[in-house]
Amino acid sequence: MRPAMDTIPQATAAALHLFVSLDPTLLSVVGRSLAVSTSACLLAFGLGVLGGAWLAVARFAGRGAVLTTLNTLLALPSVVVGLLVYLLLSRSGPLGFLGWLFSFEAMVLAQTILVVPIVTALTRQAIEDADRAQGEQLTSLGAAPLMRSLLLALDERYALLTVLLAAFGRAISEVGAVMIVGGNIEGFTRVMTTAIALETSKGDLPLAIALSIVLLVVVLALNALIAALRSWRERVDGAATQVARVGVA
Amino acid sequence: MNLADEPPVAPQHARGRNVGARTMFTLDRVGVRYGSTWALQSISLSICAGERVALIGPNGSGKTTLLRVLNGLIEPSAGTVQRPATTRQTLLFQRPYMLRTTAQRNVALGLWLRGIRWSSACKQAKEALERVGLAALAQRNARTLSGGQQQRLALARAWVLASDVLLLDEPTASMDPDARRMVEALVGEFAAGPLQTLVFSSHTLGQVRRLASRVICLEDGCIRADLPVDEFSPGTVSVESNLSLEGVLR
Repeated sequence: MRPAMDTIPQATAAALHLFVSLDPTLLSVVGRSLAVSTSACLLAFGLGVLGGAWLAVARFAGRGAVLTTLNTLLALPSVVVGLLVYLLLSRSGPLGFLGWLFSFEAMVLAQTILVVPIVTALTRQAIEDADRAQGEQLTSLGAAPLMRSLLLALDERYALLTVLLAAFGRAISEVGAVMIVGGNIEGFTRVMTTAIALETSKGDLPLAIALSIVLLVVVLALNALIAALRSWRERVDGAATQVARVGVA
Repeated sequence: MNLADEPPVAPQHARGRNVGARTMFTLDRVGVRYGSTWALQSISLSICAGERVALIGPNGSGKTTLLRVLNGLIEPSAGTVQRPATTRQTLLFQRPYMLRTTAQRNVALGLWLRGIRWSSACKQAKEALERVGLAALAQRNARTLSGGQQQRLALARAWVLASDVLLLDEPTASMDPDARRMVEALVGEFAAGPLQTLVFSSHTLGQVRRLASRVICLEDGCIRADLPVDEFSPGTVSVESNLSLEGVLR
């Protein structure tokens, strides 16, 4: 066990040493975190874009209630998702037969459920705005509602990429859900956020600080990517259209 | 049967170039309401194949709403609209929507949406772009084209769809004189066929005279005048409309 350190500078110096020496524990945790969140976001993106595109053009009784629920789910606490997935995957739960509890798959499932509402709601907003401005023209060209929304989704692809990055930021920075369904098992389900919580409680600050730095760098890189994407879009496409103004929290 | 129950009949001048031509649109006491405001009130008119109709009137008089009704984009709140089921029509907006892709793909899209194979649609799109003088820009991102070029591209979309009816909402608004002349020439070329029907809104008296055979003057959602273009001048319509028109025609 690494010695506990009382001061932040000493802990930070030790954290830098972990970086420089390419500490296997650090690399393993970071790699797993990225793999879980990337998988979850890709799954959520597929589901969320389709759902959001449909919601943007569909008109049905109770649509308002669905949108209110969806917007409420944006603030879904990750521990609640963790509990829900735990109950689903536990041996006596409806999905217990999968044997996924305390596994990589369980963490992916939890993070997917956590970010699907984000992707769906932001996609719905981006496409609905575009539809309000331009939908009639596509209708006039002969596009049926669903085709119209898919064309608008394709046309708003850069805005949707921003949505994907925002979802990734939410997924990689959450701790409650993966802690509950992953179990924080070293070498199997330990990810950056759960490792930071554990190492801090153990007093092993260097690893916690090193992981925190990596987490911050990832989030910072995402925000820089969003900014670069917007700038590139405006340069390539000339006049910019409406974009979902989102950032990584 | 009182007069109000009679279906609208196209006036003699409305049959213009093609006596006996089929009726493309029949509107019977059509009203359109946005919230508590009536954008169109009891509009009754007929438009025959081959007519070139200019819709004029001050801003907010209902020109764009009427074009949207004709195109079937909005259902009237009152009255009925009849159009032949086989009519192919295209509405060109003041600011045509360009997808974030090449000019050629933008033109091909309309064909593809009507079931034409993509490769064939692209080929036809290229020919249409040549027709409007944009062949050299076929691979350019359509969003980077100028307003005039985008409007020509929108005309290429209409051409490639072989539309019988072309509806245009202030097609040359905010364009410089050269671009305006070019778009007008293309619209005139489109409307040259004896059965091609053209309905456009305009604030420009010269454009009305150059392109239209019939002028419908709208004010407050009502038709104030419906005349052959030869008989039209701002002074021939009602005093109220005339005052408004003087402000908008140039």
